[in-house]
Amino acid sequence: MMTDTRTPAAGSPLRSSLPPGDPRARSITRGKPHHGERVVKVALRLSAWLSIVITLGIAISLLVPALEFFAEVPVTEFLFGTRWAPTFADATFGVLPLVTATAWTTLIALAVAVPFGLGAAIYLAEYARPRVRKIIKPVLEVLAGIPTVVFGFFAINFVTPNVLQSLLGLNVSTFSVLAAGMVMGVMIIPTIASLSEDAMTAVPQAMRQGSAALAANRMQTSLRVVFPAALSGIIAAIVLGISRAIGETMIVAIAAGSRAQMVTDPTMEGSTMTGFIARAALGDSRVGSLEYNTLFAVGLLLFVLTMIVNMISVQIVRRFRQEY
Amino acid sequence: MTTHPHAAAISVPSPARSATPLSTRPEIRTHTEVPDVPDPVIECEDLSVYYGDFKAVTDVSLAFGHNEITALIGPSGCGKSTLLRCLNRMNDLVDSARVEGSVRYWGQDMYAPDADAIEVRRRIGMVYQKPNPFPKSIYDNIAYGPRVTGMKVDSMDDHVEQALRDAALWDEVKDKLKQNAYGLSGGQQQRLCIARTIAVSPDVILMDEPCSALDPVATLRIEELMLQLRADYTIVIVTHNMQQAARVADRTAFFTAGVNEITGDRTGVLVEYDKTSRIFGNPANSRTEDYISGRFG
Amino acid sequence: MTSTVAAARKGASRTLTSTGGVRSMWGKLRSLGFLVFLWISLLVALITLVVLILDTIRTGATRLDTRLFTEYPSSRPAEAGARPAIIGSAWVIGATAALAIPLGVAAAVHLEEFANRHSKVNRYVEVLVQNLAAIPSIIYGMLALSTLALMGVSNKNIVIGGALALALLILPVIIISTREALRAVPREMRQGSLALGATDVQTVWRTTLPAAIPGIATGTILALSRALGEAAPLLLLGGLVFISFDPNGLLSGFTTMPIQIFGWTGNPQAEFHELAAAASIVLLVILLAMNGLAIAIRNRYQRRW
Repeated sequence: MMTDTRTPAAGSPLRSSLPPGDPRARSITRGKPHHGERVVKVALRLSAWLSIVITLGIAISLLVPALEFFAEVPVTEFLFGTRWAPTFADATFGVLPLVTATAWTTLIALAVAVPFGLGAAIYLAEYARPRVRKIIKPVLEVLAGIPTVVFGFFAINFVTPNVLQSLLGLNVSTFSVLAAGMVMGVMIIPTIASLSEDAMTAVPQAMRQGSAALAANRMQTSLRVVFPAALSGIIAAIVLGISRAIGETMIVAIAAGSRAQMVTDPTMEGSTMTGFIARAALGDSRVGSLEYNTLFAVGLLLFVLTMIVNMISVQIVRRFRQEY
Repeated sequence: MTTHPHAAAISVPSPARSATPLSTRPEIRTHTEVPDVPDPVIECEDLSVYYGDFKAVTDVSLAFGHNEITALIGPSGCGKSTLLRCLNRMNDLVDSARVEGSVRYWGQDMYAPDADAIEVRRRIGMVYQKPNPFPKSIYDNIAYGPRVTGMKVDSMDDHVEQALRDAALWDEVKDKLKQNAYGLSGGQQQRLCIARTIAVSPDVILMDEPCSALDPVATLRIEELMLQLRADYTIVIVTHNMQQAARVADRTAFFTAGVNEITGDRTGVLVEYDKTSRIFGNPANSRTEDYISGRFG
Repeated sequence: MTSTVAAARKGASRTLTSTGGVRSMWGKLRSLGFLVFLWISLLVALITLVVLILDTIRTGATRLDTRLFTEYPSSRPAEAGARPAIIGSAWVIGATAALAIPLGVAAAVHLEEFANRHSKVNRYVEVLVQNLAAIPSIIYGMLALSTLALMGVSNKNIVIGGALALALLILPVIIISTREALRAVPREMRQGSLALGATDVQTVWRTTLPAAIPGIATGTILALSRALGEAAPLLLLGGLVFISFDPNGLLSGFTTMPIQIFGWTGNPQAEFHELAAAASIVLLVILLAMNGLAIAIRNRYQRRW
């Protein structure tokens, strides 16, 4: 049934700006040009392309001084030498002492951050009630937001004397890669926990229900269903943790010590790559001097290492990616 | 003021359409003639729409009469909404979308190089399935269109009031114009979206299932509003609700999907287009009759 | 510890492995052990946070007085303060925000709203942004140092140099979080605007960006708080110097709070460690306030549509 409720004459003032049928009211060719908008879009595009400039800038700014460095110091001596003494009269530039210190702090940090970070992630993703999660997640964010200088100070002011020396009875001096690595591990926990939790929460509920339907308990479901399904995200989280540990500067600069030596024992002190750069930067080295170039040679190595770690991460994520 | 009286607008049905059979095979027959609608605002001729290689709608020829309500009905996946989005070039926003054939607005090719999608959308507004007010005040929602299109308005306050009055919303919101539009009910939000659309004084309003997210009472109010707005605007509505089409539309176009046997793609075809009373009373095509009487779809 | 065990047992009793006997006992024990491990994992993080804060307060409370805010660094701890470091931090972070926020938001808007997804350049840019976010912060200091050297600026210890390093450091973070915020704005909102005859730039400026502001603000505040606590890149710009004046402009010499703290921790005298802890408390309070603000904004405006 159709009722015609049409009003006999059209009447809204909104429609009376131009008489109906006036060609101007019906033209769909461009009214006013939008030149300003084109300028805006170009500006936006240039901002985005800035990341290319930055990447190139980093590459060039590291490479140029580093190449000058390698003109004076053979690459093999740099990469495989075991004595780092750039400021001595008989200067040698074997970077392995710095690399071993970095390796130790990174491994110790991972030994702390991976199990506890993943434990926290599993708890948050699989066990915690929403209300608990809502409290704990911001607390973890706060932990992630603590400046690394404060962490470094905490390492020498609390961890070394109270935990390592008194509680564990270890024979460590004020500075050790152990203290630096442990504190760094705690610093990285939030990174690993929150990224892994994201990966686990993304696992579809149906997979959990499927597992539960097979009479698996929550632990079995977490470990055998959710964990493998989220593996690519979890590995990416761990790899990001590794690159943060390699690049972390202030904690090791404060707590790991300054003596560049081959580190064979975690209670030793050692100078990491970043620690060396930080300390060397304090001196006022002239642009172009060997001392200045040394800084960049180590920086380049650091950059290359983190890039390799990142690429491994990308590859792993690609290979293990699960499509739900 | 309308130039054509209502009586003339619905006088001539289109007999040619009724002879067109539907084919569900890939070689769907093309319709070359534009049906005889007097004073057409928008005319589609042999309009096909592609998303990449996928043909979503094929060879639609159809015209929308001035100050009429035209309903597009048919089962889901028959390309009604896709067709609707072509009528104000909202399909431009889909990267892979491509249009063949022509769409003319008062005789001007909408997809011609000198036609501007922004101008097209200013003349031909759109109301969506789900109310989508901006997270701004009610006032700012209405004023948004006039502001961005640079309309010359004597008094924005009066203009906003008029748009809200025309959309039958003024009495409900006049005391809370500065409040966020999200505080309104679903039906009110949808009328706000209609008010927002008519605030830029368009010629045509496209509505994509405007009531499917609303309760029956709110639906009825929108339908009443559409019948009022018909005096000033040409309206095209996509609806799943056949009763709604029967209640409000002057003309109705029935679409269905033809399945390509090789690829399995479902391509929308126009089956029958006629006065609403004919479509619901005495359809020429048996497919239409089956759909209307609920036998498929 | 009884409460922990009770809670753990409660959790374990929710598992319904009902095959009886030794195997079931063993399974329950393992589940219990697993849950205890999860609890410990969380506690490691939480307890460390609490101990760190308490230890810092214990060490620094005595020195948390007005001298800290009014005095300049000195070799005599009793007369030393962090006034220039506090002012320097304000200058550096202000300049960092002025550089990084517009650039980061603009880049994010381009990538999310305008960029052609199929273009090679844009895909490279996306990968680069991800990679830049994982580069060690100290590298950005080296970049800034090289840039200043290249431009022939002989004095590397200037506010704008530090701001450049920190802005480049947080730029990827701002881009990534802004993109997420933009992505969260429903498509219907953009369509509503475009259907009214707005251009795409108008749509972004008047609809999409305003709707994304809470998310952008949250990400930006977190990024700035990271920059505020960052010291490594600034070490390369000679941030660790005795500054006996108030930094007062973009070309002024500077030091910042984290660097001042680092300087004091390197001093063997215990009084300087107290100063370091006192300055840390100030820094932590500021950072906690920023974090709290970011979380509050996020919770208040979470998914309003």
